[in-house]
Amino acid sequence: MATGQLFSRTTQALFYNYKQLPIQRMLDFDFLCGRETPSVAGIINPGSEGFQKLFFGQEEIAIPVHSTIEAACAAHLTADVFINFASFRSAAASSMAALKQPTIRVVAIIAEGVPESDTKQLIAYARSNNKVVIGPATVGGIQAGAFKIGDTAGTIDNIIQCKLYRPGSVGFVSKSGGMSNEMYNTIARVTDGIYEGIAIGGDVFPGSTLSDHILRFNNIPQVKMMVVLGELGGRDEYSLVEALKQGKVNKPVVAWVSGTCARLFKSEVQFGHAGAKSGGEMESAQAKNQALREAGAVVPTSYEAFEDAIKETFEKLVEEGKITPVKEVKPPQIPEDLNTAIKSGKVRAPTHIISTISDDRGEEPCYAGVPMSSIVEQGYGVGDVISLLWFKRSLPRYCTHFIEICIMLCADHGPCVSGAHNTIVTARAGKDLVSSLVSGLLTIGPRFGGAIDDAARYFKDAYDRGLTPYEFVESMKKKGIRVPGIGHRIKRGDNRDKRVELLQRFARTHFPSVKYMEYAVQVETYTLSKANNLVLNVDGAIGSLFLDLLAGSGMFTKPEIDEIVEIGYLNGLFVLARSIGLIGHTFDQKRLKQPLYRHPWEDVLYTK
Amino acid sequence: MARKKIREYDSKRLLKQHFNRLAGRDLPIKSAQITESTDFNELVEKEPWLSSQKLVVKPDMLFGKRGKSGLVGLNLDFAQVIAFVKERLGKEVEMGGCKGPVTTFIVEPFIPHNEEFYLNIVSERLGCSISFSECGGIEIEENWDKVKTIFVPTGTSFTSESCAPLVATLPLEFKGEIEEFIKSVFALFQDIDFTFLEMNPFTLVDGKPYPLDMRGELDDTATFKNFKKWGNIEFPMPFGRVMSATESYIHGLDEKTSASLKFTVLNPQGRIWTMVAGGGASVIYADTVGDLGFASELGNYAEYSGAPNEEEVLQYARVVIDCATANPDGRGRALVIGGGIANFTDVGATFNGIIRALKEKEAKLKAARMHIYVRRGGPNYQRGLAKMRALGEEIGIPIEVYGPEATMTGICQQAIQYITAAA
Repeated sequence: MATGQLFSRTTQALFYNYKQLPIQRMLDFDFLCGRETPSVAGIINPGSEGFQKLFFGQEEIAIPVHSTIEAACAAHLTADVFINFASFRSAAASSMAALKQPTIRVVAIIAEGVPESDTKQLIAYARSNNKVVIGPATVGGIQAGAFKIGDTAGTIDNIIQCKLYRPGSVGFVSKSGGMSNEMYNTIARVTDGIYEGIAIGGDVFPGSTLSDHILRFNNIPQVKMMVVLGELGGRDEYSLVEALKQGKVNKPVVAWVSGTCARLFKSEVQFGHAGAKSGGEMESAQAKNQALREAGAVVPTSYEAFEDAIKETFEKLVEEGKITPVKEVKPPQIPEDLNTAIKSGKVRAPTHIISTISDDRGEEPCYAGVPMSSIVEQGYGVGDVISLLWFKRSLPRYCTHFIEICIMLCADHGPCVSGAHNTIVTARAGKDLVSSLVSGLLTIGPRFGGAIDDAARYFKDAYDRGLTPYEFVESMKKKGIRVPGIGHRIKRGDNRDKRVELLQRFARTHFPSVKYMEYAVQVETYTLSKANNLVLNVDGAIGSLFLDLLAGSGMFTKPEIDEIVEIGYLNGLFVLARSIGLIGHTFDQKRLKQPLYRHPWEDVLYTK
Repeated sequence: MARKKIREYDSKRLLKQHFNRLAGRDLPIKSAQITESTDFNELVEKEPWLSSQKLVVKPDMLFGKRGKSGLVGLNLDFAQVIAFVKERLGKEVEMGGCKGPVTTFIVEPFIPHNEEFYLNIVSERLGCSISFSECGGIEIEENWDKVKTIFVPTGTSFTSESCAPLVATLPLEFKGEIEEFIKSVFALFQDIDFTFLEMNPFTLVDGKPYPLDMRGELDDTATFKNFKKWGNIEFPMPFGRVMSATESYIHGLDEKTSASLKFTVLNPQGRIWTMVAGGGASVIYADTVGDLGFASELGNYAEYSGAPNEEEVLQYARVVIDCATANPDGRGRALVIGGGIANFTDVGATFNGIIRALKEKEAKLKAARMHIYVRRGGPNYQRGLAKMRALGEEIGIPIEVYGPEATMTGICQQAIQYITAAA
């Protein structure tokens, strides 16, 4: 155990297990104290490397992130404090690894619930290697105006209130981390403030003890008096009693041991801290207070009188001329974080994104205001989810059923179409699922799969303008545009597409009106008279029937329908459906372990 | 690290199971547990030795001095054991000032013996101390000067040299056997995270060590490492600690959350009730009421910490308020909602839960003539305190609210003043 100063204004730490808030609080404290270098030199985040952006005053700085303790220590030779924010499961192993690094002198362990046997190993190693362990189960400690561990001393307001940005004359040590902050406030009220404060943690065997730190404070010339807040349970306070009796401490010590209430409990009690367990008489607060008093410490009669005891002791030192007046400095203003300022209503900031279809902020995610539990409990299907997320409303069951049929019909169309072909080639090139899928999807457009939208647009325009099938087809011909949704490579007038028949039958049974579809059929009758392969294909059937769905369901206004057709909802339907098939083709090729595809020379016409 | 006492039955179960693994030998320990739910026929089927030999039965309730208190049945057959248990099961006994019902017994073979040895291992800060005596048994305290103790520092191995002072004076015929036994038990102590272990006495059966009476404590924070080794372990409450319905409700909440929620009723008729944030501060509030001379009026000890969420605080506060406002008697009462200056807990957020509970319980609070005293600091405290002040106006209950500018326990004095003036 070191016998004097642990920290200074140039102390730098390595921070294990990245936590944004405590690190930012340390850097804010640094800025407040006028430190030139940030107190966190590096961050260790097992498994990741790079940088973390944090604020140092108004500026942003990048703090290096290392994946191992060894690498961090090698990169930051002057960082001698290791602040361990690991969980109780891994805190012991990482702390031991840190203690074994020659550059590390002090390890602070925040986690509560580190096994006793593990902590004992750390204590033994630290003792024989002259290193210091603070914790486990602690908030850490602070040297005023110099260095602060993690969340110690709380908010910036509190640090300013307690004048922790500049050193005072009081050394403080407690078990409780929460109470340490309270005591910084109390001590600032009645003295010139803290020089250094340490919370050793609430465990049965803390890494360093109350007396370890008191003896250390005794060797620091700037510390003029010490304040100790102990707790019932354990015998730690008695090592302080011994030190006092042996005359090892020659500065005034004001002490209070909490837990006098334990005698009010009928059976043995475990209070909030693991070490605070009522039991034998020796370990009671009363006995410890008595022993400290007899050994020469100033011990009040209750916690209420603690503040006055500190005050009197300090004033006596002032009278004796032992306190050099502290030079007051005005700490710089720390820019407030935007989030904090917004929360307190001081500023407002415009949002950058707007979203209307879903909300993940509440107890459960909602699609268009419908909570996930209703979606599952009421037996909604994929069609219902699409209607919520695409159309922002619950459509009648026949509509969502129709959507599902469309998806099933368009899910795949064999390996030879351009989308599936691309996917197969990409999968065979050894690419991942997403690459294979999108390479197929990227072929969807005006020539492949894009016809549903166009069919709907043209049929709607023609029907709404009252064109006869003859006028419609001929006007298209004049413009040199093939009628989308009409024509098939194989199917003929006497051998219709089965899928079209299925859709039409469903719509005739369930839709209140099929006027667009009937119009499309009239168009088909006319085109068939021109050529036998100009049948209504599946794109045309879906396009026209979707118009009927939109118009006939009574759920959409006319401008809404125009917009839906305009911005390409129906193409979305095809993209969604065909993704199912393309994913299937990817898996199929991978399962079959197909090698890289190379197109045969014989199949290419090489020409000039 | 929190040390938890375990039942003798579990201590012996762990000893038997792991002695075999670590020392490569079997300890011929047999023991069975009897509770209210034990079916005696099933038990005999599982442990046939119960019906074939003479037995010992005693309460397994984390208290000692059972022999001296006449709570041990010796040299009984199984029918007599059943009669012994039935006569005492659920009956209240008083041990060391604590009263409570006996709910659990341990039954073992009756072992006539001559030697009674004492063995004790305690985990200490810098190592473990091991104590041994050849004059063990119920007279151990009278023979305390015969107990020899050695200290094994952390990280050093426990050798025959270090063990020598314990066993030096033993007769040669069993010295080696006992030395090996102590070494194995110590290895086991460390392997499965015991923090305390005592055998008083253990004896020799066919020249081999055999523990007759055993106490153990485990470090419950090592649970994650010993999940398999410990098996189905129980950490019973200290003897005499019987939880009321409200206390066990809070205990249940506490077990479910990563936060800490503690609640103990000290005096149901008390007129000062507390609900304090923080493990350190909560003790100090209870201390202060006592140190100011009003221990008899302190209704409870209550602590919440570790950033419980609003819902957890709400459920917790409801229970505290229900107990604090039970059976109004026309005299004034005080509720102290205290806390130090938090390091990182959002005071505004935790207060929301308390405020919701106070609103719900408005009528009860008024009927109990409750005055409320609040003191807290930390992140977002201004907002939390402002809401508390507004609440007082809204529901018409006197609420005094203080921040870090006031001393932490000043509101204890105020609460006392109110209940003495309103008496």
